[in-house]
Amino acid sequence: MRIGEISVAGILALFSIYLMIKSAELPIGYIRGEGPGGGAWPFWLSAVMLICCGVIALNWWRGTSPPSQSDEPMLDAFGWRTLALVGGGLVVFVALISVVSMYGAIGIFLFYYMRFLGRHTLLLTLPVALITPFALFFFFEGAMQISMPQGMPFTQPVFDLLYDVIY
Amino acid sequence: MEILSYLVDGLLLALQPINLGLIVIGVSVGLFIGAMPGLGSVNGVAILLPITFLVPPGSAIIFLAAIYYGAMYGGAISSVTLGIPGASTAVATTFDGRPLALQGRASLALVTAALASFVGGSVANVLFTLFAPPLATLALSFGPPEIFALMLLAFATFVGLGGDDIAKTVFSICIGLVFASIGFDQISGQPRLVLFDISGFLHGIGFIVLAIGVYGIGEMIWTIEQTRGEVTTTTPRMSVAGMISDTREAVRRGWKGTTIGSFLGFFVGVLPAAGATPGSLMAYGVAKLVSKTPREYGKGSPDGVAAPEAANNSASTGAMLPMLTLGIPGSPTTAILLGGMVIWGLVPGPQLFVNETEFVWGLIGSFYISNFAALLINLAFIPLFIWMLRMPFTVLAPMIFVLSIIGGFAATRDMHDIWLIVIFGLGAFFLRKFDYPLAPAVLAIVLGPIAEPTLRQSLLLSSGDPSIFFTRPIAGPITIIALVLIFLPALKFFRRNKSTESS
Repeated sequence: MRIGEISVAGILALFSIYLMIKSAELPIGYIRGEGPGGGAWPFWLSAVMLICCGVIALNWWRGTSPPSQSDEPMLDAFGWRTLALVGGGLVVFVALISVVSMYGAIGIFLFYYMRFLGRHTLLLTLPVALITPFALFFFFEGAMQISMPQGMPFTQPVFDLLYDVIY
Repeated sequence: MEILSYLVDGLLLALQPINLGLIVIGVSVGLFIGAMPGLGSVNGVAILLPITFLVPPGSAIIFLAAIYYGAMYGGAISSVTLGIPGASTAVATTFDGRPLALQGRASLALVTAALASFVGGSVANVLFTLFAPPLATLALSFGPPEIFALMLLAFATFVGLGGDDIAKTVFSICIGLVFASIGFDQISGQPRLVLFDISGFLHGIGFIVLAIGVYGIGEMIWTIEQTRGEVTTTTPRMSVAGMISDTREAVRRGWKGTTIGSFLGFFVGVLPAAGATPGSLMAYGVAKLVSKTPREYGKGSPDGVAAPEAANNSASTGAMLPMLTLGIPGSPTTAILLGGMVIWGLVPGPQLFVNETEFVWGLIGSFYISNFAALLINLAFIPLFIWMLRMPFTVLAPMIFVLSIIGGFAATRDMHDIWLIVIFGLGAFFLRKFDYPLAPAVLAIVLGPIAEPTLRQSLLLSSGDPSIFFTRPIAGPITIIALVLIFLPALKFFRRNKSTESS
């Protein structure tokens, strides 16, 4: 945790510097007759962020913050596995939206999570993974009139069928 | 007496079968729309506006007002049960509502939210009925310096009273404000902070993207990792006796927050461009400020649920006031209602109370009826919401992830934002590991779009002289209180050091 805390503070300090540089693309001072320049607000806020990172580093050096006093690893094997399976599953879920549509991706994600991570039976997993996308389709597309991504063209016949039900 | 007679007429109008039916339908629809992550009253009112052309204008506005009320109640439901704020107005409800749910006290959190919302709505209705025209005039005396001072006060309560690391809290507020400034500079119209030159940043980062990322994704992964997948949420109790006991506890432990939220929320709601979100966040901050046990906030304090819930309902009614009396909408939802009124041929403004008496008092009467209907319908649905929490966590967790992603898309309609939600979620998970408080960042991204323009307009008014925040009669005291709160931790630090040296 100790190394992690200073590493995170370092990354955030670099990000703050990047934000300062990007903000400075617009004027950061006071322009007579126009008020503060467009970049002033984010620039000075990023500068405060950088100072905060300095203070966090100082607290780390003095050992006053709880993570700086801890010798535990940031994540143990279970933690990394959870992050990979859950976080990775989410990344794949979002990537699949452009391929099999929002609803298709939801079905696949629910099946993956409940069957492989939750170890639920097929009797529970399949109905949930199949009914939820349809219920969400009729709620969003029918009731709320909000269109979700439909993925690649091969999904179109299914959507045509479902739209026939709505309209 | 004249007001009372108008009010009775208004109540009778709202109680006509068609209007009563519309109120029940509107509240129920609003409740479910508000409970859906990413959807709020603004979506409900906007989507259902065309339907209202089928009924007379009086009934139409009553229907829309009922949806507005229902959605305000509904926002608390996803904050408590899923830990994701259903709308920006319910962000502060998550701070204490979610911890209560994790302790198996979801029923207490939902009952507290429902009662506080009812009281907030009722107080606002009475204030609206009695003081509509003079309050509208007073609200107009709030210029950019006063509104910026209020924003500063909201941030200051987090710095001065947060039990977290001050440097990390300030960092969190600043990063939220910087994220809020991404997109276009509101004054010069130039692109600003287009990170890594990705065009998706041109439309900025919405509050909902950060909130869903932090609460829907980051918080969930953190919970799964911390509990080793065995989430220790105690099974929520649900029985008539339990509800009665929760009601008693909600009244006993939530009355202070409810009182603060009801009055503060109404006043902030009345201010043009403020609305229910700053109202609820400020009510939370002030309730924490005056509490004898501020450390309980964020860990499951009923007052922490009551204050924002009372405030957001109260502010929703308050936001109707400038809309009806001056024609200035106080929130995005009232802006749509205003549009609806114009389409129906009604002209909002001071003359509305004179020329369209029946319409105005029918609407005010419907506020009372809608508020009561929302309480009853909300309480009736609590068992359903509690049932959701009884689902195994390995079913509930993927459902929350799915609702986060689909709700995020519904709100922004952009895949770029969906990727941002995932990135923010993973980032929030790591920041949470190192004790960075994330609620201030969410607060800041909500208030940033109000804080920056009001600061710049104020400095423009004073030709760059910051004393404008101290010399004006309303802005001055608020700014001084905010600065005291900001420097409170430093004062405490020096006093602690001094006492250590002397001992």
